Amino acid sequence: MKNIPIEKIASATPDSVARHIRGLSDRSIAWIFVAPTIFLLLAINIFPLIWTVWLSFTNSRVNRPNRDVEWVGLRNYERILTDSDIWNTMQATAHFLIWTIVLQVLIGFMLAFLINKKFKGNDLWTTIIVFPMMLSPAVVGNFWTFLYQPQIGLFNYVIAFFTGADPASFSMIGDVHLAPWAIVIADTWMWTPFVMLICLAGLRSIPNSIYEAAECDRASKWRQFWTITIPMVLPFLMLAVLFRGIENFKMFDLVVQLTGGGPGNTTTLTSIDLKREAFEKWRTGYSSAYAVILFVTVFGLASIYVKALNKVKER
Amino acid sequence: MSFSVTEPNKGTKWFAGVLVVGYALVTIAPLLWIIATGFKSPADSIAYPPKVVFEPSMEGYVNLFTERTRATDDMLEAAGEPTTWYEEIARDQGTVISGPSRYGERFLNSVIIGFGSTALCMILGTAAAYAFSRFRVPLKDDLLFFILSTRMMPPIAVAIPIFLMFRNLGLNDTHLGMILLYTGVNLSLSVWLLKGFIDEIPIEYEEAALIDGYTRFQAFYKVVLPQAATGIASTAIFCLIFAWNEYAFAVLLTSGTAQTAPPFIPTIIGVGGKDWPAVAAGATIFLVPVMVFTILLRKHLLRGITFGAVRK
Repeated sequence: MKNIPIEKIASATPDSVARHIRGLSDRSIAWIFVAPTIFLLLAINIFPLIWTVWLSFTNSRVNRPNRDVEWVGLRNYERILTDSDIWNTMQATAHFLIWTIVLQVLIGFMLAFLINKKFKGNDLWTTIIVFPMMLSPAVVGNFWTFLYQPQIGLFNYVIAFFTGADPASFSMIGDVHLAPWAIVIADTWMWTPFVMLICLAGLRSIPNSIYEAAECDRASKWRQFWTITIPMVLPFLMLAVLFRGIENFKMFDLVVQLTGGGPGNTTTLTSIDLKREAFEKWRTGYSSAYAVILFVTVFGLASIYVKALNKVKER
Repeated sequence: MSFSVTEPNKGTKWFAGVLVVGYALVTIAPLLWIIATGFKSPADSIAYPPKVVFEPSMEGYVNLFTERTRATDDMLEAAGEPTTWYEEIARDQGTVISGPSRYGERFLNSVIIGFGSTALCMILGTAAAYAFSRFRVPLKDDLLFFILSTRMMPPIAVAIPIFLMFRNLGLNDTHLGMILLYTGVNLSLSVWLLKGFIDEIPIEYEEAALIDGYTRFQAFYKVVLPQAATGIASTAIFCLIFAWNEYAFAVLLTSGTAQTAPPFIPTIIGVGGKDWPAVAAGATIFLVPVMVFTILLRKHLLRGITFGAVRK
């Protein structure tokens, strides 16, 4: 046998085979690493989505498996969009969305601004303020019904203490006018820290040198606040609003435990309405169409919003 | 001492501190109230005005963990002297303990499903995140968009087909079904967060290891994993908290064997009116671990809640 130098054998071996000898190729490792994840995401996220869209064109009712499922075209969509109850639900959702966002942005930004003054122990207090948003909304919502009890509830007692009203004279979750505010208050209590954390990150991202330069130019603190602080924090603030908007549009757990959608339909947010249609009335086809409409609405609004956000970032 | 124009003066700091501490006290008041109510007697819990100072009682915790029946005098005599402290508490209410309640089971379900889905999510997520970070993989750039859009769908909307799917596969009301579901829901976010953490590890470390004769697998678990440990740990805590707190899927897809604590706690009722101390005791045991985790997580909190959009 002729003597072939070892380097020649190595260079003659195809790249892929050479790698195979050392172990698996990068390409196959990449696939082995990614495949299970892709599979699970398809099974839990994508496949149900496609199924929902298909169901929305049928008159399916999952509680009657023996009935034939018929294709009904766009009839479900037509019925939803012409239903006046849906618009009441949308109104309740809009009230909840707008007020929670306004309050959380105002309080959250103020808190972040104050914490950024770097007083002693600010880390500890920030962590304490963050607690509510990490907890289970259903469990917390359930307990808030206790705080809202007329007479014995802590919330009513405190309000009565400061206003001099009788704590038994009002019921936050039983009164048609107060219930929409009861859910706004509980949600604000829970999620203000979220806005605060994002604003704090925004404030901390502003380099000191900008303020120093402004100080040299003898800009007043007030002026610095409006021309430096606010514009620099704005992209962060808008991001916080995006997240809160999406989350509260699909709000379910906290509110369903607090008011269950009542009294009447005053706090029936879209998710609660959807749950009734899908899992109490078992109108599967109808509720699937409802779900698709909600998804398209959020998706459309969020896309427009993200475009605006990117414009603000570019400035 | 250097003078800085951007350093707030003492008065400002004081003022800011007082306001923030004031807010913090108001905001944790309801949480302290939950904890306190758990240690009240049922009568104290519904007293007017609300009692801040009270005699601590374990009634709430005993009622939470036991089923009791109202006992007649004959039954009490037949049962003899109470042998344990919790039997004594039940006896004082005029009841005898007839067995354990289902709270223990439900809490255990939360533990099994929470930790099970977190473990699975980390195993799959870390591998996928490594591939997304180091190799050219299709769909890589769509990942964030994908996460955001799956988060836009209300859980109730996805619950319909998942309910049907699970019914066909026999996964309704099983631990495995809930573990797979929560893993699927958490996975896209975990991959995204983990990719962020792995991106921060210099690629040179692995290249050095590969040159030294390590295979890709060895380089992955001997070089990358130890470096990414804190990132993996904080992502894991996020997954755990999500699975722990989740309510909508749990209430729709579980009813018995696999039911977790969040749908169960609100259903705790007492004899003749809601037993608030028992509810508060159940909530306390359920919420306090999350508060501990929040403290552990505080440095990476922001990244997790904003899906890695804000890294600080």
